[in-house]
Amino acid sequence: MKNIIQEDQDTAQQTERISSSTLPRRSFLQFAGASAVGVALMAAGCSKDKDYVGPTDPIVPGEDKVNLGSGDTGLLNFAYALEQLEAAFYTKVVESPWSGINTTEKEYLIDIQLHEIAHRELLRNVLGDGKIGNLAFDFSKVNFADRASVLEAAKEMEDIGVAAYNGVAPLLKSKDFLTVAAKIVSVEARHAAYIRETIKPNDFTAGVVGSNGQEQPLKPADVLSRVKKYITTEINASNLPTA
Amino acid sequence: MNFLNILNEIEKVDGEIYERISPRRAAMKDFFSFGKKVAAASVPLAVGTMFKKAYGQTASPAIINALNIGLAIEHFSAAFYTRGFSEAAFGSGSTAAADKAAIGIIRDHELGHVKFLQDTIKAAGGTPVGVGSYDYTGNKEFSEPFKNFRSFLQIAQGLEDTGLRATKGVAGDLLGSPYLSAALGMHAVEARHSTKIRLMRISRGQSGTLQPWISLNDETDGRLGQGAYAGEENVQQAGNTITGINGNSAIDSARASEAFDEPITVAALRTVLGQFKVNI
Repeated sequence: MKNIIQEDQDTAQQTERISSSTLPRRSFLQFAGASAVGVALMAAGCSKDKDYVGPTDPIVPGEDKVNLGSGDTGLLNFAYALEQLEAAFYTKVVESPWSGINTTEKEYLIDIQLHEIAHRELLRNVLGDGKIGNLAFDFSKVNFADRASVLEAAKEMEDIGVAAYNGVAPLLKSKDFLTVAAKIVSVEARHAAYIRETIKPNDFTAGVVGSNGQEQPLKPADVLSRVKKYITTEINASNLPTA
Repeated sequence: MNFLNILNEIEKVDGEIYERISPRRAAMKDFFSFGKKVAAASVPLAVGTMFKKAYGQTASPAIINALNIGLAIEHFSAAFYTRGFSEAAFGSGSTAAADKAAIGIIRDHELGHVKFLQDTIKAAGGTPVGVGSYDYTGNKEFSEPFKNFRSFLQIAQGLEDTGLRATKGVAGDLLGSPYLSAALGMHAVEARHSTKIRLMRISRGQSGTLQPWISLNDETDGRLGQGAYAGEENVQQAGNTITGINGNSAIDSARASEAFDEPITVAALRTVLGQFKVNI
């Protein structure tokens, strides 16, 4: 016990040193390397893990609400919600193309629509009974007769889609689901680059890549707040893993 | 002295402490619940292990290896685009200027990846692989990799697609580590590069069947094409056949393959990039 008390004091001193100065990496490494940390664990006060997994009720009867659920199921439902959104959007684009749309644009937009449907249906099957119901959408903010309006909305959705997958993939527990997410996210990035280049040449990564050459992930809550304008169903993401 | 206070103090000077310890805050909960079960005397060891995991020395060989595979590809990419930017035959006119600008953008990203991976591998206690002595002709597949702009773009596309397929191949090794998020952040950028390069090639009428996305096994001409795209024709995902999935008959095998980019094995990667003398 004496040892632990001694360690406790050492640790207190080191902690003080650290907090009273900007952190030289080396000294922190020394601190971290010295595993002499006497602790008074406050674990007993920690809340118990929720053991909730899938949506208990995909769509609450009489209300337009879904609960994504928790764990990997919740994360896949989150992706499923986004794929529902993208598939519905491109289906509308393809059904009511802007006037003067050229053959190549139409062909590629049909390709994108079908990719999104493929993503949606795969997630639907993988989720099985754990899946959320069909979401309801409102695209009244998009002018489907106007090329610029459609492409801007597409660009926003694709960029968000990439950041969304990159945000949730590291939270997954299952390697198999991670593989699926990684297979999908690069296709979303391809869509984003195509749409951006169609709007403006050399815009394929503008504003989304930092100096380290990486795209920044987005947290589910931030994703949902950005796409809320298109989704009328209320989405409860409160059971998703956050880190 | 209280463990939570220690973490709070560290957080003041290192906002990413929790991410370093584990990309999952949930792991902290695991730790606390673990702590409930062990004798107090063994707790310091557990804490030390956790901090070491966060700040280096103990990244597993599999993780260091995965990061070094990425670095080997990024070294080659950065060198390839750096040389291409100054030597490639962009031609003249506004398209040429835009093409050169695009290659400059891509080069800068690759240089960013190199630096990031070098720093990360060092911080994780590993030794970053160095720059190689490359054969840009891909063992004589391309006689003029820089002077022939079509060849340059074809190599660039194969390189981007192979690189992002490689990331998918090692992503599982990074799950649960702080490195997965960064790897995915680079991976998406490579996909954007690939589509940009594809659009540049499409606008030149290079390869009539080329799409902005990988369709079936894409270009099967030449050793680079064959190696880079083998397996991309896959239409089976997580036990499901994507072609015509759930009655969507418009999803033919081409669309089904396009919707998912496939991983590549390290062995296949070695074969493809070994032709350029990239040591993996």
